[in-house]
Amino acid sequence: MTWVGRSAARREDPRLLTGNGTFVDDIHLPRMLHAQFVRSTIANGTVTGVDLSGTLAVPGVVAAFTAADLEMGDITAVLERPPSEFVPTAMPVLARDRVRFVGEPIAIVLAEDPYSVEDGVEAAQVTYEAHPPVLGEEAALAPGAPLVHAAAAANTLVDVSMFATEGIDDIFAAAHRVVRVRSRTGRQNALPLETRGAVATWDAREEQLLVRTCTQVPHQVRTVVAGCLGLGERAVRVVVPDMGGGFGLKCVVGREEIAAAAAALRLRRPVKWIEDRRDALTASFLAREQRYDVCAAFDEDGRILALDADVVCDMGAYSCYPFTAGIEPLMASAELPGVYRVPAYRVRGRAITTNKAPSAPYRGVSRPQIVMVMERVFERAARELDLDPVEIRRRNLITEFPYTGINDVTYDPGSYLEALNLCERMLRDEGWYERKEQAAAEGRFLGIGYSCFNERTGYGSGAFAKRKMAVVPGFDLAQITMDLTGGVTVTTGTMSHGQSHETTLAQIAAGRLGLDLAQIKIHQGDTDRITYGFGTFASRSATIGGSAVARAATKLADRLLHLGAHLLETTPDDVELHDGHVRRRDGGGRALAYRELAEVAYLKANLLPKDAEPGLTATASFDVHGDGTFSNAAHGAVVELHPGTGRVEFLRYVCVEDCGVAINPQVVEGQCRGGIAQGIAGALFEEVTYDEQGEPLCASFIDYKVPTANEIPDIEIHHLETPCAFTESGAKGAGEGGTIGAPAAVLNAVNDALRPTGVELEDTPIRPETVQRAIGAYA
Amino acid sequence: MTEKLLISLTVNGEQHDDLVVESRHTLVDVLRHRLGLTGTHVGCEHGICGACTILLDGAPARACLIFAAQAEGQDIRTVESLADGGELNDLQRAFSAHHGLQCGFCTPGFLMLAEGFLAERPEATREEIREVVSANLCRCTGYQTIVDAIEDCARTRRGEVGEPR
Repeated sequence: MTWVGRSAARREDPRLLTGNGTFVDDIHLPRMLHAQFVRSTIANGTVTGVDLSGTLAVPGVVAAFTAADLEMGDITAVLERPPSEFVPTAMPVLARDRVRFVGEPIAIVLAEDPYSVEDGVEAAQVTYEAHPPVLGEEAALAPGAPLVHAAAAANTLVDVSMFATEGIDDIFAAAHRVVRVRSRTGRQNALPLETRGAVATWDAREEQLLVRTCTQVPHQVRTVVAGCLGLGERAVRVVVPDMGGGFGLKCVVGREEIAAAAAALRLRRPVKWIEDRRDALTASFLAREQRYDVCAAFDEDGRILALDADVVCDMGAYSCYPFTAGIEPLMASAELPGVYRVPAYRVRGRAITTNKAPSAPYRGVSRPQIVMVMERVFERAARELDLDPVEIRRRNLITEFPYTGINDVTYDPGSYLEALNLCERMLRDEGWYERKEQAAAEGRFLGIGYSCFNERTGYGSGAFAKRKMAVVPGFDLAQITMDLTGGVTVTTGTMSHGQSHETTLAQIAAGRLGLDLAQIKIHQGDTDRITYGFGTFASRSATIGGSAVARAATKLADRLLHLGAHLLETTPDDVELHDGHVRRRDGGGRALAYRELAEVAYLKANLLPKDAEPGLTATASFDVHGDGTFSNAAHGAVVELHPGTGRVEFLRYVCVEDCGVAINPQVVEGQCRGGIAQGIAGALFEEVTYDEQGEPLCASFIDYKVPTANEIPDIEIHHLETPCAFTESGAKGAGEGGTIGAPAAVLNAVNDALRPTGVELEDTPIRPETVQRAIGAYA
Repeated sequence: MTEKLLISLTVNGEQHDDLVVESRHTLVDVLRHRLGLTGTHVGCEHGICGACTILLDGAPARACLIFAAQAEGQDIRTVESLADGGELNDLQRAFSAHHGLQCGFCTPGFLMLAEGFLAERPEATREEIREVVSANLCRCTGYQTIVDAIEDCARTRRGEVGEPR
């Protein structure tokens, strides 16, 4: 039976639907202490005193520690680039003397219950010498600006100039038309509904620190915990329970889980830390605050000739581990040209540091912005050259593959043109262009917007090495063991946090082994069970993790064939796997059930072939040495603007996506829809803001507007399939595309609706008052 | 502030007597940490996200905004009450069939919200369901499949359609 390509029912669902999932906050251990943090109340300054006597006097409080009390190394993420391009910054687990953002942890408080610990935190007295905060690009780059990190001149952590095609200035000088797009995107919170958290325990018998935490990258957490606490890697075990989302925020190593682990080690008692929502909004990791200044040269037919970009990303107070503050500017700089044939390219990408909570990857990483900027470039050019906005894209799309771009990236085959054409045809066939004309005649503001983009997935060690990361993520491992009942346990280095890997990875293994899903258990998130892994981020799990599973399954299948052939007294070529059995291809003789093979492999090793090892286990790895595989999609949005309120109402949203072979189409659609919802959130609603003292203004869901079912429309999804040639199942990644494509489509639709007003918006989030003002001024 | 109270709670038909709680202990914390009913989740502790939604005398309520002591004498129902033995109920099956959950963290809240709402308004239209679903936050699904699941369950309960799959 073929399992890949079926919308198999999710195996995660029964426990999650009955309240029987185990999330980190569901873990209760005897003698467990509860931890919370005394956090900086100022954005920039020096701590002159920490008085925890009041804290320790609170009933229920057991201990409180500052950096001086716990010996902990810093978290330092590194790019192997020259000092002119990258400045490393150390992030202490607890602030020592210097604090760099409101919410930075200064001391950990431990108490018998979660209420007392809050009282303890409140009773702490911290005194500061406050310095003026650095709160934005202008302030950070101003001559003589105060420095967030002494080593980072001009508050710049990353500064790279790349590509610089020879003669690019001449191309601009001679071009028929040059268009310029300047765009800003707001700071956002990835906002998994489950906040961060950890339960750390010292296991005296194993002489091992057990850290149960909701992370996308268990092995990286192990490495940093071991490093900061001076333990051997083998003395730390990271186990991940059920996870309530991550979206990138949980693919970096945080400080709080390390402090909790240090406290557990010191006190020899289990320590639980569960981040509350206020800390999650103000003091965890943020993303997306970027500024683009882009010029593009065009010929008279609307063909792009050159692209020149300046990108500045506000990464907040520290570099995240392992990606560094380069995560956003390096992604933006490498991938800006996107799906278009750009003959000449120059980019400067910078990461600046400011007195705000630090940045981590967030679903899509810079690609929501670069797609938005490129799609704005083409919309602008279409207006100035009086071309149809879809037609100008068609003239510039990459249509022949493999294609090596000016950005030194090779794109594997995709369906860029087909997706855009289908998307446009759907909206035309449904009559939206006529409805738009009619609305305009009635003085209503209806607009149609598109985005056309690709999404690099399957970033292997080749792609991350190009970025010059000191820690090069990329490969992953899978191990499959058949047990005595003839079923298998698949252990993977990837870490599902909503993506349904217990279902999709089992589908991959099932097909190769001739097993039913019910006979396959997926095990993930335990650093003691697999050598190493890079977890789940950057749409890598189906491509890389899934390919490792497929290879391990193939190896195990091969062992079953050999053993079966031996026991059936024939050759491996003459037998096949079918429905949990090894049988002769010619149909002769008896079929051997897997449990019969397993019985020989484990309990009757005397019957094994002479050269065969006992047991039935296979391990395999997978990596991508080239540039990865590119999913692609086109989005079409139809919006109507409401003059009175400035509301952007969706009338239609369609997505044509191509992620190669969809292992489970229903899961792919779920990723698309959820991704689009987050893209819409960034386009219209969410922005983390600060006051002039660096005080975060979004400390609750009242200040940070997360869209609900009233704001997110129904989305129709169509699938195209351009299989990936080098992943084992033909799959490309599907985790981020929705988020990447939505802001551009929404912004273009809003601008199309605003066309009569002459206003063109370039920044997100698009605030209702902006829309209202544009229409008001016109009316 | 740390005054101790002796209360009893009725949860999923079972009475829990002699619970010593502080007056400030929220219902969700007592359900989760004292009674071990960890299916009800905590997402924001200020009544916006709805992950902690339970039924109080049949009506959806935020368990993070209610003190445990206030819930005495009321019939409390949590997500653990929905399945009969090991069997998912029709609403739970509909959520699974429509892929109305991904990470599953918000799911117990949506299930209890929908149970309470459909009991009160079995005739609910898709628009009404969407309006009610907008009471809670989900970061994974984009909501469409949650609305689909609840609508499908409502139509099945009304006998309009057979169950999916």
